[in-house]
Amino acid sequence: MSGFRGTISRRNLLKTTAASGIVLATPTIFTSKAWSQSAFVNDPAKLGKLVLGFNVPQTGPYADEGADELRAYQLAVEHLNGEGDGGMLNTFSSQALEGTGILGNKVQFVTGDTQTKSDAARASAKSMIEKDGAVMITGGSSSGVAVAVQALCQEAGVIFMAGLTHSNDTTGKDKRANGFRHFFNSYMSGAALAPVLNNAYGSDRKAYHLTADYNWGYTTEEAIKSATEAMGWETVETVKTPLAATDFSAYITPVLQSDADVLVLNHYGGNMVNSLTNAVQFGLRDRVVNGKNFEIVVPLYSRLMAKGAGANVKGIFGSTNWHWSLQDEGSQAFVKSFGTKYGFPPSQAAHTCYVQTLLYADAVARAGSFNPCAVVEALEDFEFDGLGNGPTLYRGADHQCFKDVLVVRGKENPSSEFDLLEIVEVTPVDQVTYDPDHPQFAGGALGTCNPGA
Amino acid sequence: MLGLNKKDTTLLFIVVFMTLFAPFILNPFPVGSQLAQFNAGYPDLMQRFVIFGIFAIGFNILFGLTGYLSFGHAAFLGVGSYAGVWMMKLLSMNVIPAILMSMVVAGLFSVLVGYICLRRSGIYFSILTLAFAQMSFSLAYSVLTPITNGETGLQLGLNDPRILGVSQVEGSIPPANLFGIAMRDSYELTLGGWAFTFNAGYYLCAVVMIVAFYAAIRIFRSPFGLMLKAVKSNQQRMNYTGLNSKPYTFAAFVISGVYAGLAGGLMVAMDPLAGAERMQWTASGEVVLMTILGGAGTLFGPVLGAGFIKYFENIFSKINENVLHQWFAALPDSIENVLIAVVYPFIGKGWHLTLGIMFMLVVIFLPGGIMEGIQRLVNLFKRRRTTDDERAGGSSALANNAKAAE
Repeated sequence: MSGFRGTISRRNLLKTTAASGIVLATPTIFTSKAWSQSAFVNDPAKLGKLVLGFNVPQTGPYADEGADELRAYQLAVEHLNGEGDGGMLNTFSSQALEGTGILGNKVQFVTGDTQTKSDAARASAKSMIEKDGAVMITGGSSSGVAVAVQALCQEAGVIFMAGLTHSNDTTGKDKRANGFRHFFNSYMSGAALAPVLNNAYGSDRKAYHLTADYNWGYTTEEAIKSATEAMGWETVETVKTPLAATDFSAYITPVLQSDADVLVLNHYGGNMVNSLTNAVQFGLRDRVVNGKNFEIVVPLYSRLMAKGAGANVKGIFGSTNWHWSLQDEGSQAFVKSFGTKYGFPPSQAAHTCYVQTLLYADAVARAGSFNPCAVVEALEDFEFDGLGNGPTLYRGADHQCFKDVLVVRGKENPSSEFDLLEIVEVTPVDQVTYDPDHPQFAGGALGTCNPGA
Repeated sequence: MLGLNKKDTTLLFIVVFMTLFAPFILNPFPVGSQLAQFNAGYPDLMQRFVIFGIFAIGFNILFGLTGYLSFGHAAFLGVGSYAGVWMMKLLSMNVIPAILMSMVVAGLFSVLVGYICLRRSGIYFSILTLAFAQMSFSLAYSVLTPITNGETGLQLGLNDPRILGVSQVEGSIPPANLFGIAMRDSYELTLGGWAFTFNAGYYLCAVVMIVAFYAAIRIFRSPFGLMLKAVKSNQQRMNYTGLNSKPYTFAAFVISGVYAGLAGGLMVAMDPLAGAERMQWTASGEVVLMTILGGAGTLFGPVLGAGFIKYFENIFSKINENVLHQWFAALPDSIENVLIAVVYPFIGKGWHLTLGIMFMLVVIFLPGGIMEGIQRLVNLFKRRRTTDDERAGGSSALANNAKAAE
């Protein structure tokens, strides 16, 4: 009997607790997102603060790039809040920003670690949205992560400004209305590289591709293959290499046996550093095949990679989104303020992240609202200049930026550890522009913008 | 009650209470305060707490009871997730078919893996499961890209067929829902400076976890559970007595695989994406850590361990240098900088380091995990009380002391 009484009293206790909880709750404001005043999620006016979420890889293979991106974001926030020398705000063609925050709100930010894993990146982005009240998420140093976070932002109803992501899919089959990309993509790399390769190596070449076995590798391989084949090259073989591979000798040996005279390394980051080093060690660059010198091509270059590969990059062609040695006003202003703050020039990842933050802030200022749909409208088909890449268009059809692409080559005589690449050609934007429904980008739809709530 | 003894009923009630009132328990600090950084009561993290709780409970049925250390359990979670997303892509955005399908597919996969791996025990078993998980990961990452969408992860699209639903609503993908209740819907309750979020998805997960926890208690207390414990203490002796232990370990393996699938299905229901890295060996290692940290073989330990690790991953990793500067702003600059230099390696991206140190401390000083710590505290308290009783002329101190020494 006593046991019976015990359970009843416990139940009563629970009931009383629950009931008193409800009673306590009734007189207070009971708000649901559906009833709230704002028409969109995390309205800074309602929260009383403006928070941007910087979601970058701080651990894992792209931690270096992530660290550089974070530096750029901090610089951008300083400039938006009117601290520092203003950087590219002064050279930006749109002068809607005055260095007083965004629409009078001081910019605050939170950071998170994507770990270069889509799950972790989404968890981090979700906590920024749900806990910290971020109204915009930006960052990423890998296309997989960018695509995953972009989809999340679409569902949650915030804007996503992609950082370094090069895969066609980000603004191709996985494009989203709330997501925007300033960085260039695989197709543009192919279109920019092909003519330069044609001039340098001739149109009668046999290419052998080594491709990192994941999404970005596939789209890059396809882009380079179709661009080079269009000008007369022949593709001998394409081989996929595991992403985790550190030793590529097993993949280089078959190249020696084939009659290929160009090796295309569709690798990025540590992969590229290792595969290029292996290729050079195997003497590929001293070989003569079909009466021509053997050549190596790296479609996507970054300064951090060039640093890792050291002397092996000398004379090797590749493409890049931006380089600190550009002489236009915007680039110089950015390099100057970045260099003053951190003591070394920014990488292309830092540049694209800085620019994305400015573009978002500017779009909000022009739209006069943080509402994602208003921001989308302000960014779509927006033409601007002065941010380091010359005149640029944010195309409304797929939210991709169209601008000049740089073809670079490893420098023969670098003057410092940062001066590793030289610009061979600035490919004009017309040459890298494609239709939104180009086969390499087909299969996706933007949908409509989602303001959350 | 419910076929449980008094102690287990109490435990179940504690779990029910903690999960249902989690939005309050996890948000102890007012929104505007500096300490709000440590609040964990936002939907995503609360969902993760209970989902990984389920995963760890399931893992504990295998590892805690039979002592078979599976190092590839994340594979079942991953396979379950993929199954769940496919159900949402093809059938409907209702989460029930997705969760059920996740459990079924993970169960079938664990039958296959278990059948092969359970031919060996001990370290060989661990290595075999690890090999299977890594194989699944690599396949999902590259070879099976058409099914898994590779590195990017499988996600919903605007033109998925969805036989029993709609492909899109006004240009967006319809939200995951339970008969019309969207998983991401939340009610916010503001009480003074405090804000509490009640999320539909979280409560679904919470209810599922309570059921899963109840099932685990029943398994632990059943003759079947006893048989599993016998496998752990001495499988060879058991075999010598003429008992075939294999069906038992096999069943335990499959049950824990289904639990992992359930966790995978819930993850998808909360956030419709399945990435290959969910199956990586680090993910498998994480659930081992959770279980050991919380207390392998205890009922509630794994849930605590899961919460602990997820808390570190999501809260500590987000404390950056700026936040530190805010905390120590009151101090003189030189001291501030020294303090930050000391603390910085342990927070932000250094959260792994802090977690590693905690793990070492727990394993060295509390081999039974956090549960042992709690047990010791309880005993300390009890002993003190009994000594008070003794002074007052009480008895049975001996029996209590004997218990404490266990």
